[in-house]
Amino acid sequence: MAKELIKGNEAIVKGALLAGSRCYFGYPITPASEIAHGAATFYPLLGRTFLQAESEIAAIQMCYGAGGTGARALTASSGPGISLKCEGISYAAGSQVPIVIADIMRGGPGLGNIAPAQSDYNQVVKGGGHGNYKLIVLAPNCAQEMCDLTMLAFDLADKYRTPVFVLTDGFIGQMMEPVEFPEPVELDHRKKKDWAVMGDAETKGNLINSIYLNEEELEEHNQMLQDKYAEIEKAEVRFEDYLLDDAEIAVTGFGIVSRVLKSAVDVCREKGIKAGLLRPITLFPFPNDRFAELGDSMKHILVAELNNGQMLVDVKMAVGCRKARVHFYNRMGGVVPSVDEMVEKITEIAKG
Amino acid sequence: MAKDILRKPTGFMDIYNFKPGDDKGNTHYCPGCGHGILHKLIAEALEDFGVADRTIMISPVGCSVFVYYYFATGNVQVAHGRAPAVATGIKRTNPDSIVISYQGDGDLAAIGGNNILQAANRGENITVFFVNNAIYGMTGGQMAPTTLIGQKTMTSPYGRSVQNEGYPIKMAELLSTLETTTYIERTSVHNPKNIAKTRKAVRKAIKCQIDGKGFSLVETLAMCPSGWKMTPVNSTKWIEEKMMAYFPLGVTKDVIEEREAYFPKKLELSNLEIKEKLGLTKERLFVKRDMSDVHDKYRNPHIKIAGFGGQGVLLLGRVLAEAGMRHGWNVSWIPSYGPEMRGGTANCQVHIDERPIGAPVVDRPSILVALNKPSLDKFEPTVKPGGIIFYNTSMIDRKPARDDVEIVGIPFSDIADELGSLRFANMVVVGAIIEKTNLLGYDVTIDALNEAIKNKKFVPANIKAIDRGIAEMKKL
Ligand SMILES: Cc1ncc(C[n+]2csc(CCOP(=O)(O)OP(=O)(O)O)c2C)c(N)n1
Ligand code: SF4
Ligand SMILES: [Mg+2]
Repeated sequence: MAKELIKGNEAIVKGALLAGSRCYFGYPITPASEIAHGAATFYPLLGRTFLQAESEIAAIQMCYGAGGTGARALTASSGPGISLKCEGISYAAGSQVPIVIADIMRGGPGLGNIAPAQSDYNQVVKGGGHGNYKLIVLAPNCAQEMCDLTMLAFDLADKYRTPVFVLTDGFIGQMMEPVEFPEPVELDHRKKKDWAVMGDAETKGNLINSIYLNEEELEEHNQMLQDKYAEIEKAEVRFEDYLLDDAEIAVTGFGIVSRVLKSAVDVCREKGIKAGLLRPITLFPFPNDRFAELGDSMKHILVAELNNGQMLVDVKMAVGCRKARVHFYNRMGGVVPSVDEMVEKITEIAKG
Repeated sequence: MAKDILRKPTGFMDIYNFKPGDDKGNTHYCPGCGHGILHKLIAEALEDFGVADRTIMISPVGCSVFVYYYFATGNVQVAHGRAPAVATGIKRTNPDSIVISYQGDGDLAAIGGNNILQAANRGENITVFFVNNAIYGMTGGQMAPTTLIGQKTMTSPYGRSVQNEGYPIKMAELLSTLETTTYIERTSVHNPKNIAKTRKAVRKAIKCQIDGKGFSLVETLAMCPSGWKMTPVNSTKWIEEKMMAYFPLGVTKDVIEEREAYFPKKLELSNLEIKEKLGLTKERLFVKRDMSDVHDKYRNPHIKIAGFGGQGVLLLGRVLAEAGMRHGWNVSWIPSYGPEMRGGTANCQVHIDERPIGAPVVDRPSILVALNKPSLDKFEPTVKPGGIIFYNTSMIDRKPARDDVEIVGIPFSDIADELGSLRFANMVVVGAIIEKTNLLGYDVTIDALNEAIKNKKFVPANIKAIDRGIAEMKKL
């Protein structure tokens, strides 16, 4: 199909519909609102459900209901709304209900501001709700990935019976880029979901549930979830390497930051600084092994984020006490660092 | 007593297999509890209507958290108070199913108050069974929103007072005031006569859903001997004497006859139809091109366009990016966003590049379009040496001072005004840019414009503006 110039947020909507999403439930919030606008436009056109919920609390529960019947459900929000969704996300993780949630991050805490930020990393990647759960977290950095990773999110959500996040920042959501949309995928995912409660004779014995009164049973359930997460860690790590083969300094960041870093790496290379980029595409599962390798092969690793160092902790854990020194650069008010700023920082590190 | 008029319907499980432990024949409810009676009435109705197979029961949080032990239907257990939202998600995606939300008074009237209110107000075609026992049974007898004045509970040890907690909430009456609700009745299960009335109400409420008539709810006063610290017999008396005095029984809303049945239409689309509706089959003019015939200094431009909000800055950038894409190049467009947005100025940043685009931000533009003075003042110093500045002489009374960049001054706003509206200034700029740089073909630019402008009736006037921009540029 021919390319279309489209906002990242809108690419999420079209990607979801091409992946066979049946319903969108959400509550408006900047900078995620284009997702609601697009969903309100396109879901009904395709005979699917768009409903503006009374709150994010309700929106995620509507997804829980729909997802529990096997329908591919989408919701989207940003920081304050994600906080409210955490209740439902925990239930969905416990009951193993597939849902795709997009978080177009803005600044926090509290109302913060609507400028691009990455302040929900901990909340999303570490699981903001209660209980022993993890979520698959995909981190697109361009409009094409907003479509592609949303589609992938639905597949992974179904495959592992888990909520999956598409986590990015206001910048990637607002930016327009050409997107080549793939063919729609086969619609009848529900046939494959023998666990779902679909309101028919075949599935009437099924139960969507997160309560296990018996201690042993709950422990077994939790262990099963941990085994699933381990399986995900083995099979689903995704990242992008850029000019790392001969590099001495690896820079890393996700979302908009990775775009700035890539340009900064290009400039550094022109200046003779051997820099390369590692961009995590999955934040859970985190590319631990790749970071460990870089811990051995690099002199320095620079983590750049639009938060107070949330992914930094994961990088440090992965690198451990290996050779590379881990550095950190951040902005926290909604300012995205310029390429110059990053080049300066990398140069400073290179000089030692 | 209740035994005579209650049988075990097939909508009810024979053996409670989901129940942990050895006792799979008895319910988990206390002796004399009202929940079990209501369960059976619901199961019986599901059987009689022949809809048990397509029913999805929602178990709330409260003593009825284990509703799923008992109903031979599809079962979903949900968070405290959220059953109406979950029911909405289920029903909207499965309009053929019969969705039943079963909730206690803490669940429905306290923590889930907004969820029930909004689901009712949307007229969700679901049935809600609301067990009002004036207490939080499950958590050990705390005050509920329906707890009576003077009633002692664990969290109102001196009795509920109007001053501290207000009056008990009358949900049936409250929800009945909503225009959209269809059928609401309050009943009780404290004696056979009232159980019989409840049976009728339960059936009517489920039938209402089956017939596509919209939101129905039955509020049932029910005994909680454990929470009330009373014997089962005294509990039934307490309902008769105390609860019914404050919560009158009867129908509070019934517009079933007047309501038109509504069953959402199903739409099955082919892949082609899906693509058409998503706008993915739209023909676009693609003219693949490399930049070899573009002068060095205009290749792979980083463009910044700045002006007042309302000068069409975003659209200008969008047309350039759309056109660049049509030549097969990488492009990115971002609006001024976040801190940049204040002060009434708007800007957007566009990359058109043969190579992949890293940072979409344009810190040092090779092309700056300044439509007003603050924009020129702010961004002139950032322009790359060898770059180019297009500035709007209609609104900017000084020439840019830089001597290491090309300067193009055109009265964009005056020309637009001549063309009929100040709004065309942006397209005059587009004309000037394509003429000056030879970067974008005329045809793809017009095609880009066609796509970028929502209201197609403005296209011809905008083309005129582009043409005019080209002509003005040629004059210089
Ligand atoms: C978010 C949340 N808050 C509190 C609780 C604890 N809790 C469980 S049941 C319940 C009260 C239930 O009362 P009601 O809805 O009246 O049901 P009943 O047991 O009386 O039938 C509470 C507060 C919970 N499970 N979840
Ligand atoms: S505590 Fe009350 S509501 Fe709960 S089972 Fe016992 S009697 Fe029934
Ligand atoms: Mg109660």
